[in-house]
Amino acid sequence: MAEPLRIAGRELGSRLILGTGGFENHDVLAAAVAAADVELCTVAIRRLDPEARGSILDVLGAVGVDVLPNTAGCYTARDAILTAQLAREALQTDWIKLEVIGDDRTLLPDAVELVSAAEALIDDGFVVLPYTTDDPVLARRLEDIGCAAVMPLGSPIGSGMGICNAYNLSIIVEQCSVPVVLDAGVGTASDAALALELGCDAVLCASAISRAHDPVEMARAIALAVQAGALARDAGRIPRRRYAEASSPTEGLPAFEVPGS
Amino acid sequence: MLVTLNGETREMAADSTVAGTLELIGVPADGRGVAVAVDGVVVPRGAWERTELSDGAKIEVVVAVQGG
Repeated sequence: MAEPLRIAGRELGSRLILGTGGFENHDVLAAAVAAADVELCTVAIRRLDPEARGSILDVLGAVGVDVLPNTAGCYTARDAILTAQLAREALQTDWIKLEVIGDDRTLLPDAVELVSAAEALIDDGFVVLPYTTDDPVLARRLEDIGCAAVMPLGSPIGSGMGICNAYNLSIIVEQCSVPVVLDAGVGTASDAALALELGCDAVLCASAISRAHDPVEMARAIALAVQAGALARDAGRIPRRRYAEASSPTEGLPAFEVPGS
Repeated sequence: MLVTLNGETREMAADSTVAGTLELIGVPADGRGVAVAVDGVVVPRGAWERTELSDGAKIEVVVAVQGG
């Protein structure tokens, strides 16, 4: 992890990608971006609202971060493909965070539509970063068809439940040669640290920051946790043991015998 | 003719173009940050002036917003 994060040949100075959803206003968002010191922020694509004041592009441009458009809200490959094409036209980027949702209660990805959309977008020249389940086989399929990274969930979007299946995530990390970005479920700083400790290359985080009581402080906390997790992973944790192993010497203990006892 | 613009039905002149429609709803001429699809197909910025709308066309005009 001493090496910087590199996705599709592009070096990113931060291993935290900030989702911009849920911030109360653009000022809080800008302060959180600065506190987290991120280089990349996601945006969604929606109908133009003539009444809307201020553009998110101006806000993000002013703080010097790049935008990563997503296809949030799409339930079919067809809609996700068209949304990605609109995003490319609007934002002049061929990077897309591909989301194809299969269920409106859990917002879990629809694997079949996801693979289909990813294939079409890669053929169309996109750099595809797919939001996926924590299924190692699906992650491998996404890598095999040419996705630039895989972005498994830790738990459902906005749930704050952290990493529900650390085993699956560690298998994905073990087998993937493209970057693995934990993309959903972070609730607080320790979840982000755990993702990096498990070997994820980066974390994408929105709600845990934007809906925190103090989003700016949480942005800083999660950014530090990502750094801490990366350092801890490189440093190499000790193995888990069932029983204790004394850290003080067992040799040279004084004897406290009481005479006559 | 009638077209549907971001879900709302509108009466438009028969020779309306994508560019003219965008002007009506206050999109600046450079169209920065805006993308348009007509009947499910993206119309690139360079083609807005010359793309005429047909009766019943469904136009989606989108921008980036907070999300993800």
